Amino acid sequence: MADGLTLNKITAQRGIPVTEAAKKIADLGWNPSFVQEAMTFPTDYKITKAPKDPMKQVLRSYFPMQEEKDNRVYGALDAALRGDMFRNVEPRWVEWMKLFLAIIPFPEISAARSMAMVGRLAPGEDLRTGFTMQMVDEFRHSTIQMNLKKWYMENYIDPAGFDITEEAFGKCYATTIGRQFGEGFITGDAITSANVYLTVVAETAFTNTLFVAMPSEAARNGDYALPTVFLSVQSDESRHIGNGHSMLMSMLKEPENHLLLERDLKYAFWQNHAIVDAAIGTFIEYGTTNRDKTKESYAEMWHRWIFEDYYRTYMLPLEKYGIKIHHDDVHEAWKRITQKFYVHTVAQFFAVGWPVNFWRIEAQTDKDFEWFEHKYPGWYAQFGEFWKWYEKLSHKGQTNILFNGDVGYVYPHRCWSCLVPCLIREDLTVEEIDGQLHTFAHPIDAWTVKTAFAGEYEGRPTPAMGRFSGRREWESCYHGWDLADCIKDLGFVRTDGKTLIPQPHLRFDDREMWTLDDVRGHTLQSPLITLREMTPEAREKHIAEYKAGFAINPCN
Amino acid sequence: MATNMSSVKSGAAGAATFADSDSRKFRYFEPRGRRATHYEDVTVDVQPDPERYLMQDWIISFPDGKGAYVKEWTAAKSSNWHAFRAPDQEWERTHYQRQSTIEGMIQNVVQNARRAGAPARFDKAWVKVLQTHLGAWKHAEFGLGTSLMQAQRYGYTQMINNAILTNSSYKLRFAQDITLYLAEIGIDIEGFDDSAGKTAWLESPIWQPTRKAIETIMGATDPLEQYFATNIVFEPLVGELFRSGFIMQVASSNRDFVTPAVVSAAEADYERNLANTVDLFHLLCHDDEHGQANQQVCEGWLAKHVPLGRDAGQHLQPIWSEPRAKPVPFTDAQAHAQDRLAAIAGELGLNLPKE
Repeated sequence: MADGLTLNKITAQRGIPVTEAAKKIADLGWNPSFVQEAMTFPTDYKITKAPKDPMKQVLRSYFPMQEEKDNRVYGALDAALRGDMFRNVEPRWVEWMKLFLAIIPFPEISAARSMAMVGRLAPGEDLRTGFTMQMVDEFRHSTIQMNLKKWYMENYIDPAGFDITEEAFGKCYATTIGRQFGEGFITGDAITSANVYLTVVAETAFTNTLFVAMPSEAARNGDYALPTVFLSVQSDESRHIGNGHSMLMSMLKEPENHLLLERDLKYAFWQNHAIVDAAIGTFIEYGTTNRDKTKESYAEMWHRWIFEDYYRTYMLPLEKYGIKIHHDDVHEAWKRITQKFYVHTVAQFFAVGWPVNFWRIEAQTDKDFEWFEHKYPGWYAQFGEFWKWYEKLSHKGQTNILFNGDVGYVYPHRCWSCLVPCLIREDLTVEEIDGQLHTFAHPIDAWTVKTAFAGEYEGRPTPAMGRFSGRREWESCYHGWDLADCIKDLGFVRTDGKTLIPQPHLRFDDREMWTLDDVRGHTLQSPLITLREMTPEAREKHIAEYKAGFAINPCN
Repeated sequence: MATNMSSVKSGAAGAATFADSDSRKFRYFEPRGRRATHYEDVTVDVQPDPERYLMQDWIISFPDGKGAYVKEWTAAKSSNWHAFRAPDQEWERTHYQRQSTIEGMIQNVVQNARRAGAPARFDKAWVKVLQTHLGAWKHAEFGLGTSLMQAQRYGYTQMINNAILTNSSYKLRFAQDITLYLAEIGIDIEGFDDSAGKTAWLESPIWQPTRKAIETIMGATDPLEQYFATNIVFEPLVGELFRSGFIMQVASSNRDFVTPAVVSAAEADYERNLANTVDLFHLLCHDDEHGQANQQVCEGWLAKHVPLGRDAGQHLQPIWSEPRAKPVPFTDAQAHAQDRLAAIAGELGLNLPKE
């Protein structure tokens, strides 16, 4: 073959340039004249400028690209089995995947549904292909994650918990926190949910911790499957971030949107922080056995990805468009993660609640203590004794830690907004709404419910805004129930009818595993119902004591 | 295995025997067959509801108090919305495999045809048909795709919404396939007018009833009406009429072996989407509790959309006269479309409105 001559050059033929192809495809839409499309997704935003598609992709190249990505994912899963991955995987890690993978497919498919909403609201068709790809991407994410969960169930030593996954998702106190995230994508004002909450904040900022930081930790624990699946998922996110930014730029053109954007950025950032950091921070810091002091802690990763990459390079530039950025909230979130030990209080709470989980939680050990103290100075003084108690009480015959008065742990109130409990005790906020008392983890959570999710915002009617609803305090559902009856009602019992799915240890031995009989005789109480029943004086005293915090008793 | 707390030195299945150490199937739903299919495992119950298993109910609501998904978004009723399973069993992997295979097939056919100089040899009258009428048709496919994209937000279960989602994906892909195909052969055909299709779609009397039928589907607010009207009514009466009854039968006589290959993908897409739709509406129309009411709802939708579809099909008649070679008469194609509609309605036990 002559120099420089290749098969491609010989067979090349004239084609349509990508820009031209994208332009022709954008011209597929038209303004209906016989029947108008109904505006079924309400929004208070005004969008007149058609968003542009910066990616200029077409489905002809999208589908083969995605198929190739899939081939790599499924090939890697096969290879992991051939390489006997599960022989070396850390169960401490995989157990947390029972919770994580119970939650995440619902937010993913909710994101697919939300593409209907932005697709209908965005004028013009330039970004339609972008929305279409995202819709199919999210369908991909949801089912590929379900597949991963099935794969864990089929190959991991203890499948219990994976085997009830979607039922557990509907019932567990922890999964409801994830549902607040997923329902936030599809309910209420369509732009608030499908654009600002989902794309501008969750995907642009927090998928980095979800889909990049977590896979790194998985790999450190012998799990090569999660990185394979989730880094493939993350590779779709850049397109979604582009969609969200393009819509955002269209909305910025209308000055009357600015007030709503400021509201939604504040709500979405704070709630993403409260939910995602609680969950992913716990998985990464407490689900790992790797205590390499040279690796980044969750706090360090948060600073890199959320503070530096997102806050400084994505949010701050919005100020030049006249958008007021909530600097204080970002700094407050950072303070919660570092000085106020947010993630650690969440992990502690999950551990206290182990009997009503559907996964196992193993005690932290000396090796873990050393790493935590190195990364989070002051950690040991606050949490060391607790984890010693946890290990001590992990054995059958002990009174479970949820009801063991010797420990000194005070069961927390539940935040009515983010649904994570009010774990930073001094920040507890109690507000009356519609004649009923509600508890919040932070004043910003109270602002979210009272000010943001309302029919009016700073004097402007916001009729499209959603409302927080449902039986939001999980504990109210089982107020006055015996713990054993509650676990049975939840369905968190193995098929022998007595052994609990959750266990406070990783001992895979029937003789060590807790049964219903081991937890019977303790009555669950709703902190909120109890608070509402108090006299004003008793309530004031209770709140003051709660805000003062608690001390874990020494474990001997 | 490094943790000192564990009693077993492996995290692999079978490394220890204890309660439920062999529980390796999802046990929260009833498979439709004897064993759960892969599609069921990755699909069922991912979209929950307060009956399965949202103990705390939906936790964010619209301003009217309705939660994320409500049954009232469609006029159809079911004693068990969760019973439906899509016959095409599509999940992400099979969807990408199929879509990617189609794109590969189309590109191979078009590239090879162009390499062989085929478009330049198309009959001149046929070229006009392609630029005008296939060019107009791409907008119909696009309209259905966007309509279904809207509908996939509203169904009551994951199985229903995912079947509608893949249907939307197929339609939008096909609209783009036609767009790029026409643009590419347009490079090889002198004087090819790539804008003629949209002009015809918006202005030609031949296409206005079709546009009206499509816009009526797009404007419907009931997601199952959109799904029903697309696959039960519009596709047999207009979609197959134009694609199979005209393009695929007439092209080769006009020296075009390429276009039928491009269009054939949509016919195969439709077979799958039809199977999904018929299965869903068969369940609804034969529901012990709501079957009769659902038949009435469906017959209401037939009464609304069938006349539009018939009118649309009828107005396409002049197209059959435009090519130089006319191997099939319009009346045959139209009769076939009517038979197809009658067969589908018969399958569901529905009565068609009189002509």
